[in-house]
Amino acid sequence: MTVLQVEGLQTHFFTDAGVVKAVDGVDFSLDEGEVLGLVGESGSGKSVTGFSILRLVDPPGRVVGGHIMFRGQDLAQLPESEMRRLRGNRIAMIFQDPMMTLNPVLRIDTQMIEAVRAHERVSAKAARDRAISALAKVGIPSPAERLGAYPHQFSGGMRQRVAIAIALLNGPDLIVADEPTTALDVTIQSQILAEVQDLARDTGTALIWITHDLAVVAGLADRVAVMYAGRIVETGPTDAVLAGPDHPYSVGLLGSIPGHGQRGQRLAQIPGMAPNMADLPPGCAFAPRCFRADARCRAEAPEITVRGSGGRLRCHHPMSAGEVAT
Amino acid sequence: MTGMPAPEPSRGWSADSLPWLLAGLMGVSTLALVAGPGWSSLPARVLLLLGFIALAAHLLRGKGRQFFNGPVAYLAAGSLLLLVVLALFASEIAPQNPYDLRQLDIMDGRLPPGSTTFDGAMTYRLGTDEQGRDILSGILYGLRVSLSVAIVATLVAMAIGIVVGIYAAWAGGRTEAILMRLVDLQLSFPSILVALMLMAAFGRGLDKVVIALIIVQWAYYARTVRGTALSEARKEYIDAARGLGLPVRRIIFRHLLPNCIPPLLVISTVQIANTIVLESSLSFLGVGVPITRPSLGLLIANGYDYMLSGQYWMSMYPGVALLAIVASINLVGDRLRDTLNPRLRR
Amino acid sequence: MLVYLLRRIAQSVFVALAMMVIVFFGIYMIGNPVDILISPDATPREIEETMARFGFDQPIHIQFFTFVGNALQGDLGRSFVHGESAVTLILHYMPATLELAALGLFFSILIGVPLGVYAGYKSDRWQGRAIMTGSIFGFSLPNFWVGMLLILIFAVELRWLPSTGRGDTVEVLGIRLSIFSENGLQYMILPALTLALYKASLVTRLARAGTQEALVQDYVKFARAKGVSETRILFVHVLKNIMIPIVTVLGLELGSMIAFAVVTETVFAWPGMGKLLIDSILTLDRPVIVAYLMMTVLIFIVINLVVDIVYTILDPRVRLTGGST
Repeated sequence: MTVLQVEGLQTHFFTDAGVVKAVDGVDFSLDEGEVLGLVGESGSGKSVTGFSILRLVDPPGRVVGGHIMFRGQDLAQLPESEMRRLRGNRIAMIFQDPMMTLNPVLRIDTQMIEAVRAHERVSAKAARDRAISALAKVGIPSPAERLGAYPHQFSGGMRQRVAIAIALLNGPDLIVADEPTTALDVTIQSQILAEVQDLARDTGTALIWITHDLAVVAGLADRVAVMYAGRIVETGPTDAVLAGPDHPYSVGLLGSIPGHGQRGQRLAQIPGMAPNMADLPPGCAFAPRCFRADARCRAEAPEITVRGSGGRLRCHHPMSAGEVAT
Repeated sequence: MTGMPAPEPSRGWSADSLPWLLAGLMGVSTLALVAGPGWSSLPARVLLLLGFIALAAHLLRGKGRQFFNGPVAYLAAGSLLLLVVLALFASEIAPQNPYDLRQLDIMDGRLPPGSTTFDGAMTYRLGTDEQGRDILSGILYGLRVSLSVAIVATLVAMAIGIVVGIYAAWAGGRTEAILMRLVDLQLSFPSILVALMLMAAFGRGLDKVVIALIIVQWAYYARTVRGTALSEARKEYIDAARGLGLPVRRIIFRHLLPNCIPPLLVISTVQIANTIVLESSLSFLGVGVPITRPSLGLLIANGYDYMLSGQYWMSMYPGVALLAIVASINLVGDRLRDTLNPRLRR
Repeated sequence: MLVYLLRRIAQSVFVALAMMVIVFFGIYMIGNPVDILISPDATPREIEETMARFGFDQPIHIQFFTFVGNALQGDLGRSFVHGESAVTLILHYMPATLELAALGLFFSILIGVPLGVYAGYKSDRWQGRAIMTGSIFGFSLPNFWVGMLLILIFAVELRWLPSTGRGDTVEVLGIRLSIFSENGLQYMILPALTLALYKASLVTRLARAGTQEALVQDYVKFARAKGVSETRILFVHVLKNIMIPIVTVLGLELGSMIAFAVVTETVFAWPGMGKLLIDSILTLDRPVIVAYLMMTVLIFIVINLVVDIVYTILDPRVRLTGGST
């Protein structure tokens, strides 16, 4: 069953320097228990997409168009008071930097109990018990004692586990995770990945995992969506996309991961810099950096084409040109 | 512009010495005015007003739009200009000379606003005090006393603070440590307490108030200047100047001072307002200006005894004037700080 | 932590000694005390006797050592006017000032924190700007002027509150306090408000700056993502963070509040040590002035220490590093 259906999402930032179209027409959908990997460079709009779903985009940013259908409700149209009731309850979020997400002067129990009691009239005792079991679930030893601690008494990995525990507290239908392991050590990163995967599978929670690291997605996501300059340029089942990427940008992203059997070879790079979002080229935004680009790419933005594998693509010159369905 | 372009960070002697010169000019002329005979000299006062306007215009060059960002800024700047003009030309504007006892009629004592003299020649628009002095005239002259005391004290304190601060920063070592300990010690006590003690020791008097207010303030400037001088001294262009073999004096005057002074002028705007408040508090407590030269604070104190019996005007109107001048200086100072120099916010 | 505390105490002792020197030599300049002690038609012999009795005939450095010796034993001389021990006199008047300052501090937090937090929350809107402009007026209003205005409005015109004096007191642990009696509290409201206004403006500005800074932090966004209400975010998450600088500054300002009480007490004829100081200055009652200054220095030193301790309690990060040593 579909949990989330995003259609034509547009989030723009109205700055003094002009309108920045950080997210400009994003579509995707997510089923129960499904894990979607949202991949892209910094500034591609992947985090803004995540924040748009929770309607937590900071001014001067604003969701200006599209629909965010969540369990039959359009979040883009929902009044703020009802949106607040959904946040942390049906839709939870995990942030990038665990050192910054917990309030440094409040104890862990305060920050966990308030997340329960913001949505349910339960006793402080019941909320506390739920906090303890959530902490245990994410692998924090002796959770009952740790509840009374302050964030600075935890390591970065532990703090991220606490943040994940907070996200799990109310058994949400959807968790948006914004690069939650980027700031952590590689070993801790893999532990947390494994745990999150188990949790999502056990509870049937759908998960949007935002990352710039395709290697993370490979082991975790059911489907992957590659974002570039505010748009999804390619999406499809993880295996299909990773095995045979069709968009030149996806190819570039994959090429820049060091893999087995490539020792001593130069890593492939995507030439050029991430685009200036306030001043995008008229045609395909990737054209200036694309080795396959021609005059058509520079003049005309490619429309979405549906691929045989159930994937979608925005490219005039896909890598496997023969398979284009339309 | 002819000649060599000045090195970018210091912006050179010519452009940035101007506010410094103007401030000095204002200080000296105000000092001359306070001293007595100067008040009668109309050209001196016109010069002072022009200096004031030129200084403001210079500080705001190219940033006028940023400064005047709303009605409050216009209102504050306008009322400040008006009050300065009123103070400077009090002797031309005021219906009565409150210092001239021959003009006072004790029979006209404590008349409510709107009363007229017995012969109907003059209307006391804001009433009279217990000696039959016209409150409006008292306010205009009092404004003059309050403003000049505060401006002189602030500018002299600033000059002393600049000298001590730069000296401390340049000398370093034990000299710096001792000077800064002294500054810390003084600043750890509220200015009102220090000023009160000084006035208790000195006794009443215009010059004594000014001296006390200088002593109260210098340490604050010394600390600020030392901080700025140290951070400026660390910048590369000072090293570059030293590397070129420029003498220390030249480095201080051409490079350090021009960079220290504009932020100080902004601070001193607000500091003038604080000084006016401090002086008026001292005068209200009876240890400030002499009875013969009442400032706004003393006028308020004089009328205070009658306020509870409903004769509010003797204290109330000088109080409104005091609020107007202090508030407009503070509002202008706040805008100046926002526009010119966000880094030295307190 | 202990080392730190000991160093702080040593520092304070040094400040106290330095102040003793400054106060003694400073006060030495105030008039000739003999003039007010002896009637003008006293014989030279009587004058000499009085001088000897108070030790004024001794060279100044001997007088200084006598002064320091006595001061260390808690004796700062006898008031010329009241004939009582100056320290006793100050201690007698001190509670009135302290309770006034404490209530003033409370008012300034009560007024300043909500205004500042709201101004920070609405910093781009007219509400925020209006509060900030208002706070400039709060800075601009001289203490005595505010007092005068409050008396005019609430005592003279509306007759809601008494104008001057202290009202009933209740004895608590041997100290006479107004704050615990309803009548006494009524007398305290106007002077305490007067004293509070300047600090309230300061608190407003601090709270606004802190709120603005805290609101863009990730932990606020995370709290929003948890579905926590805006009210709770402002008054729990933000407030707890901004209270640290506010308490630090306010604690340090308690000293200046006691100093500014000089003006407020004069306006409201409040029988505290500030009023005592002004009266003593006007009558050249040297020992009382000295005693006031020394007591104030002592209060300042204690306040600084207490602020440090409260700071460690409020900020768990400081507490941990302090506790581990």
